[in-house]
Amino acid sequence: MTRKIENTLKIKNGQSVSLSEIPVLEYREFYAVVLRLLNAEDVHCVNYYAYPDNDNLKFICCLADDSAQSVSLLSHILPSGKGPGELESLTRRVGALHIFERELWENFGVKFEGHPWMKPVRFSHNRYNRIIAMHDYPFYRIKSEELHEVGVGPIHAGVIEPGYFRFTCNGEMVLHLEIQLGWQHRGVERLFLEKPKLLQRTMLAESITGDTTIGHTLAFAQVMEGLSGISTDSRLDAERSIALELERIAVHTGDISALCTDVAYQLGAAVFGALRTPIINFTQEWCGNRFGKGLIRTGGSHYSLTNVLIQKLRKLLDDFEWRFKEMADKAYSLLSVENRFDNIGMVTNKQARLIGAVGMAARTSGVKRDIRHSHPFAAFRVISYVPVMLEKGDVYARYYLRRLEIEESINYIRRILDNEQFFLSETTPPVPEANLHLYPSSITVSMVEGWRGEICHSAVTDEEGNIIHYKVKDPSMHNWKALELSLRGLEISDFPINNKSYNLSYCGHDL
Amino acid sequence: MIKEAQILAHHGKQYIPDLTRSQVPAPFRGRPVISSTDADTKALMELCPTGAISDNPVSINLGKCLFCGECEFAFPEKIRFTNSHIMATNDSKKLVVREGEEERILLVPDMIREDIKRLFTRSLKLRQISAGGDNSCELELVACGNPNFDMGRFGIEFVASPRHADGIVITGPITENMAEAVQICNAAVPSPKIVVLCGADAISGGIFTGSRALNRKFLQEVHIDLYVPGNPPHPLTFINGILELTRVKHLNKRLNFKD
Repeated sequence: MTRKIENTLKIKNGQSVSLSEIPVLEYREFYAVVLRLLNAEDVHCVNYYAYPDNDNLKFICCLADDSAQSVSLLSHILPSGKGPGELESLTRRVGALHIFERELWENFGVKFEGHPWMKPVRFSHNRYNRIIAMHDYPFYRIKSEELHEVGVGPIHAGVIEPGYFRFTCNGEMVLHLEIQLGWQHRGVERLFLEKPKLLQRTMLAESITGDTTIGHTLAFAQVMEGLSGISTDSRLDAERSIALELERIAVHTGDISALCTDVAYQLGAAVFGALRTPIINFTQEWCGNRFGKGLIRTGGSHYSLTNVLIQKLRKLLDDFEWRFKEMADKAYSLLSVENRFDNIGMVTNKQARLIGAVGMAARTSGVKRDIRHSHPFAAFRVISYVPVMLEKGDVYARYYLRRLEIEESINYIRRILDNEQFFLSETTPPVPEANLHLYPSSITVSMVEGWRGEICHSAVTDEEGNIIHYKVKDPSMHNWKALELSLRGLEISDFPINNKSYNLSYCGHDL
Repeated sequence: MIKEAQILAHHGKQYIPDLTRSQVPAPFRGRPVISSTDADTKALMELCPTGAISDNPVSINLGKCLFCGECEFAFPEKIRFTNSHIMATNDSKKLVVREGEEERILLVPDMIREDIKRLFTRSLKLRQISAGGDNSCELELVACGNPNFDMGRFGIEFVASPRHADGIVITGPITENMAEAVQICNAAVPSPKIVVLCGADAISGGIFTGSRALNRKFLQEVHIDLYVPGNPPHPLTFINGILELTRVKHLNKRLNFKD
């Protein structure tokens, strides 16, 4: 079911279409159409990438319409032969596109005229300009005798991933924070093409970011299913949604514990920390791995959520719920905790829209973006999910949203478990690679709402059905900017709680 | 105050009393065993996403294995993943599990350096470096210090500064962009020091083997004191490996103990 309207092609989440159906526009027209579509409040760009097509560079833009539950695809082509080419930047008009244009510039050398912040994204190994390296990053600097700079990283004090943070400060106050990423770049997107086997690609998807194994692997599985016309049955949909919500509960609980640690609230840190363990141990009991590695496979799963496991899960959720509530009632009413989080690290609704925030960072600033609701997948197509919304956009909002989302996820899992319709059939085993034939010259856009936010995978195939381009977008791509902005005007000592309140992914961004 | 006491009472004792004997329930995929039954070894080798399986005799290299378990699903008669989490070793040859071998993977006592026996038996501070790690290894290493596993009870901890550390723990396949930072960090750790590779990505490159975005030269320049297989390694795999490396008592217990 595709429709051509206003020079775009509308598809559903996870749907596959022939490449030839996507309208190819002149850049001027492309520019105008993108601007016109993004003018609507509930339309945002979920992916904008390019791949070499014969001798040209073909750009694909995916704009999600949250109210119409559709994704508009449109494209333009940049002929090669005259060097990498130059285009007028869309970022000047729509700030949220800054990261995509930067990525296109970094990978292909395409110049975007008028882009206000043209800097490397991740120093990818296949970048256009190999002469510059990590230490050449052009930091924004303010010349003044009264200001100083603080550099932190790439290795941090804790057991976390590497990233470099540079603060420009006036005394204790941060005027500007700039984050340089790329340290984690492993060449994931390229490896999706170089490693041809389905299992290898599944392993890659599981390793994009280990804390979102279910989210990213599900997005990958939906790409493969979309490109080969495999439909999933309701049991598999139910199991996938349960796994995704368990991942959300586990990480959110761990994050609440970490936030308590950062404001020296020991009881909260210990109790919330301990509450995370039974959840990930349940995932291990289900599929043999605490992060859900091995659970999500294309077209099916090796691990069924058996009746025994369902009973255990119900009991686990019951135990978790009252213990979580007991602790949360205390932790969310302590003035000493509230005082540290309140009014810190604000992202206004306007800022969130400007930078294209997704997931928690959007929903805490009153921007309703939740793929489970707006572009439903798996069981969310059958049992609708209503996003939790907050307005204030400060650290407290992100702290509080996690509590509400945990409660919502528990309820959602129960609603699935209570619906016997989901569990009438047996879990289907994964589709053998030999039976998987991808459509030739096609494209799929697959979106999943991971615990961080909107994950978008997209793949393009050639005439023989081989994948020629694989694009991964982690929600952190958008939300790192929110962390940078929300630190302005704060004391530098507020950085840790701010950073923790987002808990963004380094490897998901760096790929 | 009463409320807090109530929460603490419900929190109870979270710690696992004996980490050296603690088991992880199935279907946890730990050390695999390979039977001597006939199987299509070509298909078996072809199946493995990282080329961890080789022929003559059929063997699995746990330094490459991602513990996806797909070989067990395809060849249940041939390969079985046990729930034994004891897999860390200081000898890379020991990482290879051969057909018919049922023994646990342990450290080779003679290969443990004298410095380790002399200095690190009662306290060990480690600096963790993520160099392309996917964050699951890092989370499991954090879990090593949580109230359940509480590695701190042995005086083993992760520290912020390499200057305070007795060694480094590397996760991830070592990206080109992190290669220099890894070198600098290791150089900042005072000698004598140990190097631990944690997870398949660090040991062999894992699924990222062959990526042009990696630079693993560093590993050729240093002596590796411990390999901890897994994707990610379970906290118990890591803690027991470190204990056996630094405590003769634990290693002897393991060498003499059969389960």
